Amino acid sequence: MIRLDKVTKLYAGGREALRDVSLDIGPGEMIFLTGHSGAGKSTILKLLALVERPTRGQLLVDGRNVGRLSADEIPAYRRQVGMVFQDHKLLEERSAFENVALPLIIAGIARREIDKRVRAALDQVGLLDKERQPPRALSAGEQQRVGIARAVVARPRLLIADEPTGNLDGELSLEIMDLFHRFNSVGVTMLIATHDLRLADRFRARRIVLQRGEIQSDVGT
Amino acid sequence: MKELLTRHVQNALGALGQLARQPVATGLTVAVIAIALALPASLQVLVQGAQRIAGNWDSIRDFSVYLKPGTDLASARRLAREVSDHPAIATAELISADQALEDFRSDPAFGEALQALKENPLPHTLSVRPESAATAESLVEFKVELAGRPDVDLVQLDTQWLQRLGAILDVIRRTVWMVGGLLVGAVIVIIGNTIRLDIQNRRQEIEVSKLLGATDAFVRRPFLYIGLWYGAMGGLASLLILLAGFAILAAPLERLIALYGGDYGGLGLEPATATLVLAGGVGSGLIGAWLAVARHLSDIEPSV
Ligand SMILES: Nc1ncnc2c1ncn2[C@@H]1O[C@H](COP(=O)(O)OP(=O)(O)OP(=O)(O)O)[C@@H](O)[C@H]1O
Ligand SMILES: [Mg+2]
Repeated sequence: MIRLDKVTKLYAGGREALRDVSLDIGPGEMIFLTGHSGAGKSTILKLLALVERPTRGQLLVDGRNVGRLSADEIPAYRRQVGMVFQDHKLLEERSAFENVALPLIIAGIARREIDKRVRAALDQVGLLDKERQPPRALSAGEQQRVGIARAVVARPRLLIADEPTGNLDGELSLEIMDLFHRFNSVGVTMLIATHDLRLADRFRARRIVLQRGEIQSDVGT
Repeated sequence: MKELLTRHVQNALGALGQLARQPVATGLTVAVIAIALALPASLQVLVQGAQRIAGNWDSIRDFSVYLKPGTDLASARRLAREVSDHPAIATAELISADQALEDFRSDPAFGEALQALKENPLPHTLSVRPESAATAESLVEFKVELAGRPDVDLVQLDTQWLQRLGAILDVIRRTVWMVGGLLVGAVIVIIGNTIRLDIQNRRQEIEVSKLLGATDAFVRRPFLYIGLWYGAMGGLASLLILLAGFAILAAPLERLIALYGGDYGGLGLEPATATLVLAGGVGSGLIGAWLAVARHLSDIEPSV
């Protein structure tokens, strides 16, 4: 489904964040991306979100070289990818419901369908009773769960998460990872960047370790 | 198709709701737009009023020819016929000295003073009305010719102030368009700047929307609707200002125009002017929003 073919990423200033990284990800896989700070984990996710483009090499999604997509092809691509962020990036002015509804509104889904799907997504993360609350009225874990509901509500085939548990304590982290695991078991491909090796160890998942922009190890399931 | 329409309605209502959430800021912006639009529109109406006065200048171009005292009635009649035959002249009516005296005597203000006179001090007079097509130049030329005749004492022909009025009106008309253009430019800048601030305030929302796959059109639309609402509300408020202004001015304006022999005829906000004000508001709202959006939205690219 996803293939990185000798991808090199040079940031402005000459910093080489990825060097000749080749990687194959099949549909339905769950992958932890680990490695030291600065190893290039976020860079891989940014490439997949088309926030950054490869300097060299190809990034293929379903056989398409998405590294070359034009500006007006990017939105349609992004709608197929769910994203979870460390700082969750929820809109402060909007309720949990409205935050989760945003991807569906962007996709042009009919109102009645939106109501149904947002409630289903909030139910899956256990926050149906908090749908009217704005993010600031929710705990850190709850905010992250709203972020996850938003990422999955449009039923993406691929979900990428950058340090989704970075701000959470052990128990809450486990809860979040459990959620990811459940989504993965219904077929969503997952790519999760994390520092937390012990957390990753608790799940049966492929683990890719990056070191200074190169793949150090890639242990499958 | 239906979805797109629903989306537009939602966007329009959403933008309106957003403006309603900040009534003070919205009200101030709308007021500034309204005043800026009302200014040229009211000038335009005043120019229309002046044109009605000037348009009625057939009667104003009338002039009088005073014959030398002692000219006999027969040569006065001959002169009247001659004058009315001139191509620039429509009619020339002879008011004989006796007739003029009668008119004065019937006026109680003069009656008594005139009773005392033994001789009629008044000359024969021609009241002349030019053809409406006659040019000011041909009239002036004819005036000089008339004044040169031995039996003519004085020709009172004052086209000069009419020429001046016409020239002034020309200048004012152009000034109105110029001021109008400048103020519409100002409205565009005001709306553009308001929306620029709005874009800055909603930067996070724009970034997140783009990350979630929003197209440029999707991100742009709410701001364009905000511009449209500002323009439309500003235009409407401006019409209210104008209507109130005319209600206050109607009576004195009517008297003024009547004094100059013009026809007031319900002078005021004409549908064409009202349409122009509204279109100016909506148009500059959209243009201002579009400029702000084109300039500032592309700056905002999501970073993760
Ligand atoms: N926008 C950028 N401009 C320049 N250099 C960058 C940029 N983003 C990342 N880098 C550099 O690229 C390298 C890889 O960064 P990346 O964010 O991918 O690391 P990471 O593995 O996610 O680290 P962390 O665990 O700290 O999040 C780092 O050395 C970083 O300084
Ligand atoms: Mg990182």
